[in-house]
Amino acid sequence: MSLFDWFADRRKGQFVGKVTQETEESDGLWGKCPECGQVVYRKDLIANASVCSNCGFHNRINSEERIALIADKNSFNSIDRDLSPTDPLGFKDRRAYADRLRESQANTGLKDGVVTGICQVEEMPLALAVMDFRFMGGSMGSVVGEKITRLVERATKEKIPLLIVCASGGARMQEGMLSLMQMAKISGALERHKEAELLYMPLLTHPTTGGVTASFAMLGDLILAEPKALIGFAGRRVIEQTLREKLPDNFQTAEYLQQHGFVDTIVPRTNLKKTLASLMRMHGSRQIKNSKR
Amino acid sequence: MARRHLLEFEKPLVELEKQIEQIRQLARDSEVDVSQQLLQLETLAARRREEIFQALTPAQKIQVARHPHRPSTLDFIQMFCDDWLELHGDRRGSDDKALIGGIGRIGERPVLLIGHQKGRDTKENVARNFGMATPGGYRKALRLMDHADRFKLPILTFIDTPGAYAGLLAEEQGQGEAIAVNLREMFRLRVPIIATVIGEGGSGGALGIGIADRLMMFEHSVYTVASPEACASILWRDAAKASEAASALKITAPDLKNLGVVDEVLPEPAGGNNWAPLEAGEVLKEALERYLDELLALPIDKLREARYKKFRAMGMVLETSQPESGMIT
Ligand SMILES: [Zn+2]
Repeated sequence: MSLFDWFADRRKGQFVGKVTQETEESDGLWGKCPECGQVVYRKDLIANASVCSNCGFHNRINSEERIALIADKNSFNSIDRDLSPTDPLGFKDRRAYADRLRESQANTGLKDGVVTGICQVEEMPLALAVMDFRFMGGSMGSVVGEKITRLVERATKEKIPLLIVCASGGARMQEGMLSLMQMAKISGALERHKEAELLYMPLLTHPTTGGVTASFAMLGDLILAEPKALIGFAGRRVIEQTLREKLPDNFQTAEYLQQHGFVDTIVPRTNLKKTLASLMRMHGSRQIKNSKR
Repeated sequence: MARRHLLEFEKPLVELEKQIEQIRQLARDSEVDVSQQLLQLETLAARRREEIFQALTPAQKIQVARHPHRPSTLDFIQMFCDDWLELHGDRRGSDDKALIGGIGRIGERPVLLIGHQKGRDTKENVARNFGMATPGGYRKALRLMDHADRFKLPILTFIDTPGAYAGLLAEEQGQGEAIAVNLREMFRLRVPIIATVIGEGGSGGALGIGIADRLMMFEHSVYTVASPEACASILWRDAAKASEAASALKITAPDLKNLGVVDEVLPEPAGGNNWAPLEAGEVLKEALERYLDELLALPIDKLREARYKKFRAMGMVLETSQPESGMIT
């Protein structure tokens, strides 16, 4: 599966699509663009949504930074913060799942790999889920599935549009079949949101693969993607093994998916909020009058 | 007992079977009455087979689930359908042979049947792509399910795939999208859906026809989030650890019943379904008819609500403060 590629490439130190090497220098005032090598002042980079002003490379951002780019200031109201993962299978590979969880929790300050809540975008309400790739590769286990499902249900109940920012290696193997079933659970909730004639947009960011691609990432009324994001179902390595032939250079990029009809529009991060607000407005979203929830 | 394709752990039975065969030979060539010894040895062999199959490890169950003579979707359909017509094509330019479907009759009841189809030998397997469906296969399945929805035919699906096909063309044609749409749309369908894992349930490729009101698994079938081989290479960084991964992933029917994923485990004859396919067919038919009776008696809105709730309850999370919607453990 695609998670395999992700780990394999990470081991080799050359990530498909070349993201996140920047983190190594992230403590300094200056950083070097992993794509074009341009040295940038870190503050400038952040002010530009972590997009390289020289080459347009989109550096990875975490859930907090993503929310800040989308939600009106102080409008994001997170929900279900108290859901934590369990270890339903008592899973242990070279390390215990419980230890991996503790480590990810300590490193990110999150309980699991997704943040959900209700916010406003140019004063229009939006149900927002943001997957955080730092947390075990954005893998989807029970907590990710449950939190997204609750958010979708809430959006359906409150009759508001929904945005899910995807960044995931796929289902979380350490929770076995319970992880796979989260794909079903979320898709069921999305069916009801759709039935209620509400707008759902996934935003596919680097990387969106495996079980996430085979469920909510591909179920948008409109599917948005970030430039050059890796998006696919099966991993490149697996496909190369079956085919024994070279794959196109842009294989499984956002641009490739758009060419083949699976992405509506590629949105540079610097235009993200404006694009979202405009789309929401054209689908009937209205400003909330003087309410800061 | 026809041709045998012996699995590694069945080898202890070979010696016994040889002896039985020798005694039979002896009986044929002489006047000696050997019925007593024969009976003893046969009883012993049966008991040994039962012991072996009761103690299968998850990795061994995978071998049984992949057995080339294990009854396939089409085998089962032939066994219990009184009438059957395969229907072809996704109406968008393809007809997948790894995921087949059609309309059939069980007793007086017309039903729609869909399932992954593997081959028995290499040649057939190449034609069937080893039961790995393409996006066209999932789209054909959905077209047929929509047909069932329109004409009020209950849907029976049979899961038996190592996974959805991983290939350049499959990606180009939107493998992820094809499966995703099935997941969503199967919640919409206004007819009963019963899914059975008859062999291997490989990840998203299995789930793509696996949203159901009842999910059954044959005793020695498996259902996995990722193949133990892939899981071992990723998490253990050693593909040779596949059998360890198979145990850790909890992929067997009884394990999945405990986790609340599966509703019923269908017993298999000692030796597995390949040992006595007709018996397996009877078991499956009985269960399907029982669930059809039960589900067809439900008002359609109740049925759909129950389907939603069934999947809604899957997963295990810890909630430290008061829940907002009062769900789950
Ligand atoms: Zn650059």
